[in-house]
Amino acid sequence: MKYVDEFRDRAVATALAERIKQTVCQPWTIMEVCGGQTHAIVRFGLDSLLPPNLTLVHGPGCPVCVTSVSLIDQAVCIASVPDVIFCSFGDMLRVPGSRGDLFGVKASGGDIRIIYSPLDALELARKNPDRKIVCFAVGFETTAPAWAMVVAQAKKAGITNFSLLIAHVLVPPAMEAILSSPQNRIQGFLAAGHVCTVMGYEEYETIAQTYRVPIVVTGFEPLDVLEGIAMLVSQLEGGRVGVENQYARSVSREGNRRARSIVSEVFEPAPRIWRGIGEISASGLRLKSAYRTYDAELKFQRELGQLAEAKEDPECQSGLVLQGLLKPPDCPAFGTRCTPEQPLGAPMVSGEGACAAYYRYRSHAKREI
Amino acid sequence: MNDNQTFDPVCPLPISEKNTVQLAHGGGGRLMQKLIQDVFVQAFHNPMLEPLHDGATWPVEKGTLAFTTDSYVVRPLFFPGGDIGSLAVNGTINDLAMCGAKPLYLSVGFILEEGLSMEVLQRVVNSMAEAARAAGVPIVTGDTKVVDRGKGDGIFINTSGVGLVPTGVRVLPTLIQSGDAILVSGDLGSHGVAVLSVREGLAFDGNIESDSAPLYDIVADLIDSGIELHCLRDLTRGGLASVLNELAVAAKVGMTVEEPAIPVNEPVRGACELLGLDPLYVANEGRFVAMVPASQAETALTVMRRHKVASLAAHIGVVTDRDPPMVVLRTVVGTHRILDLLSGEQLPRIC
Repeated sequence: MKYVDEFRDRAVATALAERIKQTVCQPWTIMEVCGGQTHAIVRFGLDSLLPPNLTLVHGPGCPVCVTSVSLIDQAVCIASVPDVIFCSFGDMLRVPGSRGDLFGVKASGGDIRIIYSPLDALELARKNPDRKIVCFAVGFETTAPAWAMVVAQAKKAGITNFSLLIAHVLVPPAMEAILSSPQNRIQGFLAAGHVCTVMGYEEYETIAQTYRVPIVVTGFEPLDVLEGIAMLVSQLEGGRVGVENQYARSVSREGNRRARSIVSEVFEPAPRIWRGIGEISASGLRLKSAYRTYDAELKFQRELGQLAEAKEDPECQSGLVLQGLLKPPDCPAFGTRCTPEQPLGAPMVSGEGACAAYYRYRSHAKREI
Repeated sequence: MNDNQTFDPVCPLPISEKNTVQLAHGGGGRLMQKLIQDVFVQAFHNPMLEPLHDGATWPVEKGTLAFTTDSYVVRPLFFPGGDIGSLAVNGTINDLAMCGAKPLYLSVGFILEEGLSMEVLQRVVNSMAEAARAAGVPIVTGDTKVVDRGKGDGIFINTSGVGLVPTGVRVLPTLIQSGDAILVSGDLGSHGVAVLSVREGLAFDGNIESDSAPLYDIVADLIDSGIELHCLRDLTRGGLASVLNELAVAAKVGMTVEEPAIPVNEPVRGACELLGLDPLYVANEGRFVAMVPASQAETALTVMRRHKVASLAAHIGVVTDRDPPMVVLRTVVGTHRILDLLSGEQLPRIC
């Protein structure tokens, strides 16, 4: 398939792996920020091609994983309101909150729809004027433009039975939180290619210089990831610090101007709680005051006000996993008390979660392949 | 009273003209008799069905009988390349074929939802009749029930089938041996993606059609060509990955599969890449895997490829001696990873 097969070529992969081996002299610990990259690494076994002194650590870039338990509880609460149609992308439905998951609400009679595009939800609002359409707006900068556009369209069309429960998060503040932590051991980043497709990478230049950490904007196919790693170790071994762009076929320095402009028209930065990590200032998005009527947290204030305090399962160590401080198989609960069927935390259920990737593609029974 | 209707004192109203399924169609009375005669017998007619007795009877031949059942609850009822009717016939025929059995007779049980359009029912029934005739397997007995509106999803169909396994043929998971070649009969994932695309209103380039098809002729050809079939399994729900895992556990063996050798057509790959689905887990309705001795793999492929639905048959892997059982995939970049069972449905991802 065009634009896929050429980025999965075995001979080129072997050559890139060899280049990395030749370059690496010292031990390095690098983080791939995005869950899509984590899955490419584990699905294609890319880490098995790397030298042993190069450690890959999986980052917080899975929007499903970092959505806080309290927001999941809010989603479950709103989705249970009788006249609500609750719309979500598919992989949020299995994530456990402290009061169950959205699949549970569906089984108890809640009207929950899996959508493929935010525009589908607006269409539902048009077709069901007597119902309240609530969307779980989850994601990084990649999906924010689509939600912003839908809210702007809803306002323009005067549609009022439509609102967003916003769990949107931003990558750069999370990277800074990791780098500022006293326990940090990350020496270089593969930045998320799709996030940068929208946002560009100007803001990463400041991070690179402030924290003296090289960053390579990287794609998601096996050759993208290997080339990104090769570029990153070349910077590290050469003592250089800067932002380089491996994913130039999709990313430009300024990003997608129209997408950025609609996001800043509708949303503004806000503090956000990251699951397992805690609150990071200005790391989320909320609706600007002109669009605040589309905020589900305000629309359902009465119902949400009765919610008990959200509780994370104390045994789940997803916070450490999401900060790159613990590899999934090293968690005592991994594959035993925590499985995709009975998850303790979100990284075990999400399509992009690191724990799920290891469980699905690796030795979850602690066996050699 | 509606001016357009003439006053008609007969009670009940002329029921044969109803254009939707009523509860009375399953009530055992005249309306049900009429439905059976006008719709089912008309379409399925054959000498074994026509006595309309409580069951069908036939003399038993020499050999081993195979018996299977399956229920069909697909939504939407009609999709590119098929519908619930042809699916219900082909699916049960294929389950028999995977036992190495020549399918002989089918039964059909309908659970209809009150309010279902008669035209839809007729289309489904005609499609079943056509599929049964094309495969040469008559529907010889049946049953109809009607449930209240809102208690069903239009039509649910159960089909059961009886087949005859020829003397000397044994096809069982426990016969899989280390060293066997793993063959797949064609490209994967078309059925699942075709159904998903109409259910969710997604438009994909390249007209993805379901692969729904009867598979017995290919199996018969393999048997007649002297291929020692150790095991056959159709790749329905859960797709190739789930089937290989089930078989590996049943046979207490390992399996190593070569990712680049697994046929998946471009539109299906494209749709799966876009939605974050893995075609190895997507459902098929006209594909199977065969485990045969490695020495017969090439002959078996030649035989399979003579049939249109198996023209893309491929040798995708090998059975290994491994305990505990595990299916390992050699990826396109040459690394290895586990091909595991899924924990639930595949869900489209966020980004």
